[in-house]
Amino acid sequence: MSVSEQTPVLECRNLCISYFTRAGEIPAVVDFNLKLMPGEAHGIVGESGCGKSTVALAIMNYMGKNGGIVGGEILFEGRDMRTMSGEELRRIRGSKIAMVYQEPMASLNPSMKLGEQLAEVPIYHEGVSREQAIERSQKMLASVRLPDPQRIMNSYPHQISGGQQQRVVIAMALLSNPKLLLLDEPTTALDVTVEAGIVELIKEISAKFGTSLIYISHNLGLILETCSRLTVMYSGEAVESGDIGTVFTKMRHPYTRGLFSSIPVPGADKNMRPLRSIRGQLPLPFARPTGCYFGPRCDHFVAGRCDQGILPMLPVESGSSHFVRCVRFNEIDWSRATTRSDQHAPIETGAIVLNVSDMSKHYTIESGSAVLLGAKKTVKANERITFRAREAETIAIVGESGCGKSTFAKVLMGLEGATNGKVQLGDVDLANLPVQRRSENVISRLQMIFQNPFDTLNPSHSVGSQISRVIRKFGVERDPAKVEERVNQLLDIVKLPRDFAKRRPRQLSGGQKQRVGIARAFAGDPKIVIADEPVSALDVSVQAAVTGLLTDIQRENRTTLLFISHDLSVVRYLADRIIVMYLGKIMEKGTTEEIFSPPYHPYTEALLSAVPIADTSVKKRKIVLTGEIPSPSNPPPGCPFCTRCPYVMKGICDTQVPPQREMAPRHVIACHLDEATLRAMQPVITIEPREMEAELVAGGA
Amino acid sequence: MLKLIASRLLQMVLIMGVVSALLFFIFDSDKFKKQIAVAELGGFAVSALSDQDYQNWLERKGLNVPFYERYAKWVGGILTGDLGKSYQTNEPVATLVADRLKKTGILGFWVFALMIPLSLTFGIIAGMKEGSAQDRITSFISIVTTSLPEIATAVILMSIFALWLRWLPANSAMVGGWNWLALVLPVMTLVLYDFGYVARMTRASMAEVMTSQYIRTAILKGLPYKRVILRHALRNALIAPFTIIVLQMNWLLSGVVVVEFFFQYAGFGKLLLDAALFGDIYVIQAATLVAVFVAVLSQIISDVGYSFLNPRIRFS
Ligand SMILES: Nc1ncnc2c1ncn2[C@@H]1O[C@H](COP(=O)(O)OP(=O)(O)OP(=O)(O)O)[C@@H](O)[C@H]1O
Ligand code: SF4
Ligand code: SF4
Ligand SMILES: [Mg+2]
Repeated sequence: MSVSEQTPVLECRNLCISYFTRAGEIPAVVDFNLKLMPGEAHGIVGESGCGKSTVALAIMNYMGKNGGIVGGEILFEGRDMRTMSGEELRRIRGSKIAMVYQEPMASLNPSMKLGEQLAEVPIYHEGVSREQAIERSQKMLASVRLPDPQRIMNSYPHQISGGQQQRVVIAMALLSNPKLLLLDEPTTALDVTVEAGIVELIKEISAKFGTSLIYISHNLGLILETCSRLTVMYSGEAVESGDIGTVFTKMRHPYTRGLFSSIPVPGADKNMRPLRSIRGQLPLPFARPTGCYFGPRCDHFVAGRCDQGILPMLPVESGSSHFVRCVRFNEIDWSRATTRSDQHAPIETGAIVLNVSDMSKHYTIESGSAVLLGAKKTVKANERITFRAREAETIAIVGESGCGKSTFAKVLMGLEGATNGKVQLGDVDLANLPVQRRSENVISRLQMIFQNPFDTLNPSHSVGSQISRVIRKFGVERDPAKVEERVNQLLDIVKLPRDFAKRRPRQLSGGQKQRVGIARAFAGDPKIVIADEPVSALDVSVQAAVTGLLTDIQRENRTTLLFISHDLSVVRYLADRIIVMYLGKIMEKGTTEEIFSPPYHPYTEALLSAVPIADTSVKKRKIVLTGEIPSPSNPPPGCPFCTRCPYVMKGICDTQVPPQREMAPRHVIACHLDEATLRAMQPVITIEPREMEAELVAGGA
Repeated sequence: MLKLIASRLLQMVLIMGVVSALLFFIFDSDKFKKQIAVAELGGFAVSALSDQDYQNWLERKGLNVPFYERYAKWVGGILTGDLGKSYQTNEPVATLVADRLKKTGILGFWVFALMIPLSLTFGIIAGMKEGSAQDRITSFISIVTTSLPEIATAVILMSIFALWLRWLPANSAMVGGWNWLALVLPVMTLVLYDFGYVARMTRASMAEVMTSQYIRTAILKGLPYKRVILRHALRNALIAPFTIIVLQMNWLLSGVVVVEFFFQYAGFGKLLLDAALFGDIYVIQAATLVAVFVAVLSQIISDVGYSFLNPRIRFS
């Protein structure tokens, strides 16, 4: 039987979903179509709020209190789910269609043992006995490659790590061998190296059980690794759908093109080939324009054509499975990049401004065991951190959660005192100088941009007054007229309209708030700016704008930027030098070039292999880590990475602190592997030359 | 956990020490001594007493020594199990307090026995479906019953059931021996008052659980609704109300003064009130110690129970 004759596992036809609020009906998803064949993996990408999760929950027919399907149909194996009774739905949920959620911890019942949460699936769907159900659950735990299934069965969710929790949720979803698995951002809450393992598992499962997948993600790189087809959503609509290869290399919608131009892929470079963000912002669901929803942000907008009526999904060629929702896709010259972005010469770095030597920060915690009397434990959040930063240099500190990045920022800002070592800013030692005792001058030289633009602005003061307060406080200007002028200048620099000075933070979008945060950080003319994950809460198209802004301001002011991030793609794009941390220690440091090419530290190698890259021409060497991340309060005495390292040498790595090997001047790797082995490492990421119809990043043509 | 209990108990002993010393100090004033004399000998007799006679009376009563000596003696007595004697009735304080505690215990038992199942059931049902008819009705009843002060509820119930329908006695002093019927009105008053509070807490807790992601998981696993509620929601939803209910023990012990007084029920609250008005220092002392003990005990039970119900705390 050919593919076209098979019944699709799932088919959404002209699906429309709305939420009903006091403000009226909000159309969350409009005219959504999808056809999923047995064994197929279909990706849905889009920025936050575009309706991805709504689609997933609608497929489950779980619309919450105020949601509803207002049009179209959802056919599961040919039957319309909207006509099914509650009991029929119950029998399908969890047995034929199963779901994996974004936050594994929150989606497991905190007060029930995992074994019971697993076993109830076969008990209630197939009526098997408890013993059988438990046996099957254990087998399933083993097949999602969890160590010691017996122990996991008897644990509560909080007793296992996030990655293990997600494996349990996946095992739970697979227990009744579903036809369709819905994955809603299944790895977003996890670290990249853990994510890589889960993605590998998902691919294996769909191959082994023939399960059809719907994989929802905001990350194009992940979709590339997992799916064969893809739907791009924008503001509640599908704007483009087709085979992965086609959409990635021959996209036919200006939004998809914009999305690809704004993510940092290996070819991008902040000076020579800067990222291009999409101007404007996502319209709110009740403020969508007529005609094309993307119109106001589109460079190819033509009045009278793009703003008329309701646009249909059009096939790119007759009979092809590549569809776009754009009336002008045939007229746009896709071989030309739209606008040319500015190129700059690299910034020359200057004198050393910050010198951190052997800085350690230890926390003492009560091991609050509920049953026994508590003993004191030490968490070594930062251990012997040493590096220097120069004027106008961008230094990135990368690592996964709990590696001590934020602790380091806290010590620098004087929110915590160092336990040991020095942090020299000019001739002042900041290591044990709490912020209250720092002079105005020191504070103004060192400013911070926070991860979450939502909680760092005072909601009751206007944007202008928050910026001018900083200007006055650090004595940059005193004269009210001059202060106002400076506020306007700063707003210009962060590319916000000047009348935003009068707005309150709640009247701004996430990206705009982050820009205000940046304006405020630069208001006092700082020498050093610490940015703790400044873009990770933002959508990709906005991320590009914010990173661009940071580099521009840095170029102007010759500011040193300490960029803290878990996202290696952004780091590769922005940083001059990189420090890789793991469990409080520096594993490797060097220039960006040195970090991204061999010799690698084994952890850096794994990290590089784990990062999903949204580029079909990139080939990666697979390194999937096994083993668990040790508890920060009880790390191995030797190399902290020894529990997961593929090169581990038993008896040496786990007991002796690895030596600092200087592979090149200022390129240091902390590892027991000898120099020859390190130098013999092969590159993880290779780029195969490929015919691309246009250069996505910088202006080609 | 052991450490926590130990520190709570230590806390308790400290509170007891400070409070009892303070009480002794306050009731050491001449005014209170006179008051006791008036109560015992009659106002006229006291005013006729010469200074010398009054001193003799004080000496006979053991009231002439400085308060710290009396305090030390009293503490010594406690350690040997002697709580002293009531000035008012001359009974040993231990038997008096024990008897009254038993009475309040019976009252409290019935209040809990009715209030807990009622408020939990209504709270859970209301919280299962926020905004539904059952939710609105429960919320309305809870707000009405809780916002009425106990005394108002007592008056209303008494007028209806005792004065108008004449089904129940208006007075619960039970001078003629134990009478179950006389217990009904005080119990009803307290249940009505407490029901609204606990039901609303339960409702809030249940409603929060029902919107949690793990309930969504349970539903989307295809479990029957009954299983979702009974096995997944209930236990998590009961953690908060449990703590509150245990802490109500405290309220029942001394917060019932109004009700006991109104119905003339000879319980612990009334004992405390009478003793305070009389200046019956040893009774006050003993009652205070009991109250502190119960307060700390309920605190400990609620802590232990909380961590038992919540595996995240038990195994962290
Ligand atoms: N106040 C504190 N008391 C005890 N331990 C702490 C404290 N703050 C941080 N830690 C511990 O120090 C280690 C490093 O924490 P830190 O917050 O710096 O990590 P991070 O890399 O910023 O993680 P994430 O990416 O999740 O934000 C962790 O093990 C953390 O549990
Ligand atoms: S329809 Fe017009 S505005 Fe919309 S994407 Fe196409 S060209 Fe741009
Ligand atoms: S020291 Fe050993 S365990 Fe650590 S990274 Fe090197 S080889 Fe791996
Ligand atoms: Mg952090």
